[in-house]
Amino acid sequence: MATISSELRAAIDAGTPVALATLTEGGRIGAKLLVYSDEARPSTGDLGNPELTRVVARDARGELAAGSTVMRHYGPAGQARQAEVSVFIESFAPPPQMWIFGAVDFTGALVSVAKALGYRVTVCDAREVFATTARFPDADAVETLWPHELLERDGAALGLRDAVCVLTHDHKFDVPAIRAALATSVGYIGCMGSRRTHEERAARLRDVGVADAELARVMSPIGLDLGARSPAETAISICAEIIAIRYGRRAPSLRDAKGPIHEERPLASRSSEND
Amino acid sequence: MRDILPELLRWQRAGKRCAIARVVRVEGSGPREPGAAMAVNESGEVVGSVSGGCIEGAVVEEATEILAGRHEAGVVTFGYSDDDAFAVGLTCGGTIHLYVEPFDW
Repeated sequence: MATISSELRAAIDAGTPVALATLTEGGRIGAKLLVYSDEARPSTGDLGNPELTRVVARDARGELAAGSTVMRHYGPAGQARQAEVSVFIESFAPPPQMWIFGAVDFTGALVSVAKALGYRVTVCDAREVFATTARFPDADAVETLWPHELLERDGAALGLRDAVCVLTHDHKFDVPAIRAALATSVGYIGCMGSRRTHEERAARLRDVGVADAELARVMSPIGLDLGARSPAETAISICAEIIAIRYGRRAPSLRDAKGPIHEERPLASRSSEND
Repeated sequence: MRDILPELLRWQRAGKRCAIARVVRVEGSGPREPGAAMAVNESGEVVGSVSGGCIEGAVVEEATEILAGRHEAGVVTFGYSDDDAFAVGLTCGGTIHLYVEPFDW
């Protein structure tokens, strides 16, 4: 017999958005309802009262769409503005996506850090020699396409929780990639390059008709102003910027600073010379 | 719960009874968000976490009481401000509400 837990696991594994509602106080404690975002798909289980079950299923779909996990309160038959019954609604949305364009030195490190943060990671590079699963064993998918081709094909799937990182720093790839990324609803667009590369790229984007208001969505140069040098340090500076933006915090981004992206030497090694 | 679900299902298939604790509400500063979960089986094996390690010991006790049939499923609260209910608290100063129940579903 399939249990609610095994059905939940199957939905998570299939990438199907699903919410689990558990009655925790004021009724049939422990009663469960598994709700799918697809309204055509019937829920599994019940909360002991048909009207409560119906109202919670509706609310669970709302929480699931927002990706939130919360406690909600109802009357015994699902009444609003009553609080005898507590229902914990846990959303299991598919993991956010990170698309990394450019199979360069930094890509492998960014794949690792993004995986640690729970992203489903796609690496995309038009050059067959570089875009191989052997080089990026931790990536969930490796695509041999021009970046803008992937964005035009699958970009409609990107949303606010997702990220696009352009690491190619080659205008030939970057310009159409950024333009195509701006046409999606992706929440984060970051683009690698020196300050000079960034200026040239911005000028080329304006030349192809990208408005300044759109350009303001792009974090370029990508990452926080950490003085990161190595691929791992750079990957952390990129992911830290994504985290700060997601939570609406101000952390110093390279885009908003001036001056060199890298210090000549880390402070620690300089101070030891003074000893 | 997503992270511990595979292990829970392994325990279930192996016929090991277990109890699961989930963070359902956090007030003030708390280390883990709602949905964070841990579970304890009848052999005393533990998977997952619900705080920065502050209250896991007390959660194991509560789960053990539920498995033994001495406590009912329900919401338990751990907080810095609790004077009497729990000897353990959160050094972060927040309050965590957990729903603890048998994993029989």
